[in-house]
Amino acid sequence: MSRATSLVSIDWVQENLSNPKVVLVEVDEDTSLYEKGHIAGAITFHWRNDLQDGLIRDLISKEKFEALLSKSGISNGSTVVLYGGNNNWFATYAFWYFKIYGHQDVRLIDGGRKLWELKGLPLTTDLPKREASRYVAKERDNSIRAFRDEVVAAIGVKNIVDVRSPQEFSGELAAPAHLPQEGGQIKGHIPTAKNIPWSKAANEDGTFRSNEELSELYKAAGVDFTKETIAYCRIGERSAFSWFVLHELLNLQNVVNYDGSWTEYGSLVGVPVAVGA
Amino acid sequence: MRTCGATPGGPSLDGVDLKTQYVIQGAVLRAGVEDGVPNGAPVGNAYVRLLDSSGEFTAEVPTNDEGQFRFFAGPGQWTVVVLAHGAREEIMVSPQTGTPVDLVVQI
Repeated sequence: MSRATSLVSIDWVQENLSNPKVVLVEVDEDTSLYEKGHIAGAITFHWRNDLQDGLIRDLISKEKFEALLSKSGISNGSTVVLYGGNNNWFATYAFWYFKIYGHQDVRLIDGGRKLWELKGLPLTTDLPKREASRYVAKERDNSIRAFRDEVVAAIGVKNIVDVRSPQEFSGELAAPAHLPQEGGQIKGHIPTAKNIPWSKAANEDGTFRSNEELSELYKAAGVDFTKETIAYCRIGERSAFSWFVLHELLNLQNVVNYDGSWTEYGSLVGVPVAVGA
Repeated sequence: MRTCGATPGGPSLDGVDLKTQYVIQGAVLRAGVEDGVPNGAPVGNAYVRLLDSSGEFTAEVPTNDEGQFRFFAGPGQWTVVVLAHGAREEIMVSPQTGTPVDLVVQI
């Protein structure tokens, strides 16, 4: 759990395109981009259609996760390398997801699809043919996941990091400015949360800032690294990005992602809410 | 090349309430001009970032197949940053209600 084990560069990807152990997976909310062109050999997972239960609001079951990975030709020994658009939001969500089900070797492409495109590297529309495998997942590891009661109990006690935009934090907006304004029933943020937008952790080209810059970013905003930290956003994917920064890049083990996030918290009856900057 | 006669710029504003919205939109095109009208090929999947007046990141969208993008911003000064292979452009804009900011960014 460090840059060396969790993050790969686009150079590394190019050197490993024909490595049989490596399975590239493009993860996004809009897989039509994958259809227009993707990194050679990559398969795709749709953030909602493949990774959400659909009936209840939760991850897919262990059995369904095993079936998805088996069908995709991912085995327990595969090096799963994730990337996507949207500055890797959904790819980091999938990274967190793979960790919950105990996959040993999962990595993220620094800069994701954006850096690949900005460098003018080739994309293909060829669909890879992968032989099915027999994947066996572990029981869910909920030590990197927060649930609502823990979040309410953490107010004023643990670090709570709201990674949404300042406008969503203050209660002016219910969702990012370029998306439909769906969200919780009410607007605002969890009291005592620090607003450290996900975007502050990324460079313009989508790569992560240096560990020194990242550490300073959170400390300057008042995050006490000796305490547990809960990251949240609106639906849990931008906070997976910040969770990745804290848990994987900065190697802080006491960091969890609240995937219920504001769409859950902002709909709870009777919990405290704060508004304003 | 764009279709002959098409006006370069952002996506159609049909259905957008310009009385209330501060629209910043446009199209990213490769260089090229004919009769004074930009006619370079649209650049799909350029990345367009919107920064607020203090330079803070606000939003980012990829361009569509026509090279077009759109933001719903607010009053004040904004910076549009266009990133594409081999190109980076920055444009300062101050949107108003009523009339959208409609850019043609040639790279």
